[in-house]
Parts: sequence; structure tokens; C-alpha cells
Amino acid sequence: MDEKLLLSLIENNARLEVTDLAAALNESEENVQETLKKLEDKNVICGYHTLINWDKTNTDHVVALIQITANPEREYGYDRIAKKIYQFPEVDTMYLLSGSYEFLAVIQGKTMQEVAHFVGSKLACLEGVAGTATLFVLKQYKRMGICFDDDKKDDNERLLVTP
Amino acid sequence: MDFTKVVNKTVKEIKPSGIRKFFDLANQMEGVISLGVGEPDFATPWSIREAAMYSIEKGKTFYTANRGLLELREEICHYQKRRFNLDYKPEQCIVTVGGSEAIDLALRTLVEPGDEVILLQPSYVAYTPGVELAGGVVKNIILTEENEFKLTPELLEAAITDKTKAILLNYPSNPTGGFMTREDYAKIVPIIKEHEIMVITDEIYAELSYEHQFCSIAAFDEIKDQVILVSGFSKAYAMTGWRLGYVLGNEYIIKLMNKIHQYVIMCAPTAAQYGAIEAMRNCDHEIEKMRQAYLLRRNFLVKTFNEMGLKTFTPQGAFYVFPNITSTGLTSEQFCEELLKDQLVACVPGTAFGEAGEGFIRVSYAYSIEQLKEATKKIKIFVEKRTK
Repeated sequence: MDEKLLLSLIENNARLEVTDLAAALNESEENVQETLKKLEDKNVICGYHTLINWDKTNTDHVVALIQITANPEREYGYDRIAKKIYQFPEVDTMYLLSGSYEFLAVIQGKTMQEVAHFVGSKLACLEGVAGTATLFVLKQYKRMGICFDDDKKDDNERLLVTP
Repeated sequence: MDFTKVVNKTVKEIKPSGIRKFFDLANQMEGVISLGVGEPDFATPWSIREAAMYSIEKGKTFYTANRGLLELREEICHYQKRRFNLDYKPEQCIVTVGGSEAIDLALRTLVEPGDEVILLQPSYVAYTPGVELAGGVVKNIILTEENEFKLTPELLEAAITDKTKAILLNYPSNPTGGFMTREDYAKIVPIIKEHEIMVITDEIYAELSYEHQFCSIAAFDEIKDQVILVSGFSKAYAMTGWRLGYVLGNEYIIKLMNKIHQYVIMCAPTAAQYGAIEAMRNCDHEIEKMRQAYLLRRNFLVKTFNEMGLKTFTPQGAFYVFPNITSTGLTSEQFCEELLKDQLVACVPGTAFGEAGEGFIRVSYAYSIEQLKEATKKIKIFVEKRTK
């Protein structure tokens, strides 16, 4: 079975059923099921999430990018301090980067105060964290390859029947 | 005034398009799910759209050379070499308004009154009128499902007469999804050479080839000069609305085709040509992405139709499946009309592509798997009711 093809199918639509995946890939359902299980066990498939534009709901929701400078540790490098940071549930995404700061953490919270409080009282105080800079997101245009604007549904433009 | 007396007789007698009739019917109804579209569901890749907009911003809004921008014709030649190992020079190329114009140019350049042009049926809707408007006589070869709609040497030999001027090929095929491999072509090439007939090959779906690597009939050196190769940007790059195609062939023939093109069209739209340069230069990966999506959808449809009892051969190219609906006891047109009324799903009757399409429907898979799933569920309900 072509695992990459299977992954490409569900990457953009996790709701496709096993029967549909099997038909599209020309494989048996059992085979697809087993492969999915294997990929989950190996942590290749890490989750089946839903992409939500919270800005369109009446929910308090803010996103901030935190640039973090940190000191490496003997034996562990940056990994141990990274783990101390990303274990916090407020941290949605985190990267180690080349360049003038070490980590970029994406923080989700209800209000700016809540995010500021988390950074000030938890993140910045961690041993090994040398400094932080908080950048609040004003508007999300695109995430995970999906544009959040409303004019993306262009297939209605096609005529119903054409040669 | 009796206008029927002032108009051209050939134009008057062209049969109304079966597609048009069906479009009108489907268009009157609300909530129709269509599998009847002959164009990609993807939007044109952004870098192509951006390149065209930039050209407009820079004021590149004038006519180009009749044959098209030299830069684009060079890119077309590089592309044909890179993708299909075909050698052409920019002097052997005209950029046209869609593949459709290129086919018309080819027919009008070749055909004299009474000349026969061989068409493979079922065929794309424009070929028969194209031959008739050029003053030619259509000679049909009926292709069969058993042969997976391939052209065989026996069929070709039987169709050639003293009056045969050309044959028009279209592989991968709209509407059947039929495909010719290098081996399939190798069997008919000697006949084409022996009888010195011209070949117009509409290769608009070349990039949408699945099991086999695409092979152009122009790859056979012994008849390459007899081949007029028509292609374009619509299907491979999802650029239908840009109306941009091209034709490649023997320099003398191209020169004559350009005589018609220069007076009728002047040149293809300039902004579209700039977009096309970007397409040819930097978008091979975009083609591959779309091709893979179509392949998965094809697999889904072939399995689904066969499981519901409509025999469907596995097409090796284009984005159509051509299920055999004779088991329902309905004609193609009855099937499509009743399916539309009963389940609000639009497919195109095989007969829209000539009488040889009787017993089949054309189903496009230029739709997402979710859409295909929803539509085929409804088709299944309809078929079950009919075959009880």
C-alpha cells in the first residue's frame, strides 16, 4: 500500500471513511485499517483535528507568538527546557529555530490578559528562559493550507454541464 | 424576411448539441448535483494567476506576434521535450485560443470539399461540426468497450478510402477515458504512413495519464511530419477560462494554418500567454498534484459503479468514466433524464458524443471524493429502483 498516498488523502480530510479510502486507493478495507493503525502507533499520524476559525464565533480567543531566548544545558541541549515549556496546555505549537532567538511558541488563550499572565508568571520565570517577546495575532488569514476568507468556494462558478 | 434562406446551409444543418439540451434541462432545476462538467474543479495555480496579473500591471496589454510570444513558444517546445521527449522548434508552433481553435485551423487548412476525415466515435462534440464546417465528410469509426475504446489497425484499414485526407485522434479520450499506449500506436503507424494520411491529434488530456506513461503519436519519427499536435493549458493547468491552447507540426503546414489564424484571431490573449509562460516554466509539480487527485477519484468511481452493477472499464486517462447502463433497460438519454428528475443528479448521456455512445453515460470526476460519494449514493438508489 502506498502510505504516502493514504496520508495525502487524509491530510486534507480526516473524515473520509475507510471504505472510501479503500476504493480510492484500490486496496481492501482491512488493509487500509491496518495501515492507519500502524501509522498511528508509529506517531506518523498524530491526530485528526478540526480546523476552526474562532474569529467567526462569539468566543473570546486570542493567539500570540512568543519568541523565547533560552540557554542550552549540557547533555540535553535545548530539549529539556523545550519540554518544560511545551508541556503547558496553553502552548499550542512550538519550534526550535535558527536565528536570533531559540524558540517560537504559539499560545492560545481566551484574553490578552490571560496570555500575558501565562507568559509573565509561568514562561518567563522558568530556569533557562533568558527572555521573551510576545506578539499578538491581529488576524488569521490562512492556516494549514486553508484560507479563512469567504470567497474560496469557486466550484459553484462552473456551469452545470459542459462538453 | 425568411432568414432560413439567407443563412449558410452547412451551419443551418449542424445538429444542436446534446450537451446544450441537457444543460438547459439541468439548469431549470434547483439543487442539482452535477457530474456533468468537462473542466477541472481546481482553480488555476496561484503563481500562474499572479504572473498574468503582473503582466497587466506592467502594461503588457498589446497584441503579440500572430503565432504568440516567442518566449511562450520556446517554453512550449522545452515542455514537450521535457515531458514527452518530442522535438519541436518555435517556428513549428502557433499559440491558439484553446485547443478548439487549433483543431478548426487544422481542419480548414487540410480539408477540401468532399475530403473524408476519419473520426473515432464516441467523440468530443466539436469534431463532427468542425469537419462539416471545413467542407469535409465525416467517416466514423465506431470504437467498442471490449477494446477499451482503442483504435485498432483493422478498424483503421477498413475506414480508409481514396478520399481520406486525415484522421482525428483524441487520447486520452473525452468522453470514454480510452487510452493508446506506445504499443497500440505502433500497430497503426505503418498504415498511416502507407496511405499518407494526416493525423490531427488532440492531446489536451496528455498530462492526465495514469497507469502508462503518455505517448504521443508524434513520437513516431516516420510519420512525425504527418502529425498536427494539438494541446493546451485547460486541463493540465486548470486554465479552461483562459482559452489558451497551441498547435505543433510541420513548418509548412503551420505556416498555412497561421494564415487563417492571423486573419481570424490575430493573436491569443496576451495576459493569458504570460500566465502560460509561468505554467510551462514552473508548474510541473502542480500538474502532478492534480493528476494524483484525479487518479484516486477515478479508482473510487470505477469501484462504486461496478459495485452498483453498472459495468465500467478502468479508464487510463482524462477525468471521465463511461459506465455501461444497458443493464437498466434504459437508453442513455432516458437514464440521464430520469436520474436528473428522480435524484437531481446530472450526468451526460453517451449519445451527446454521437450515436456510438448509446448505452453509456459520461461521468466526470472533476469533483471531490465527498461530492462523488454523495452523487453516486443517489445514482445507486436510482439504479436499484430500475433493475428490480
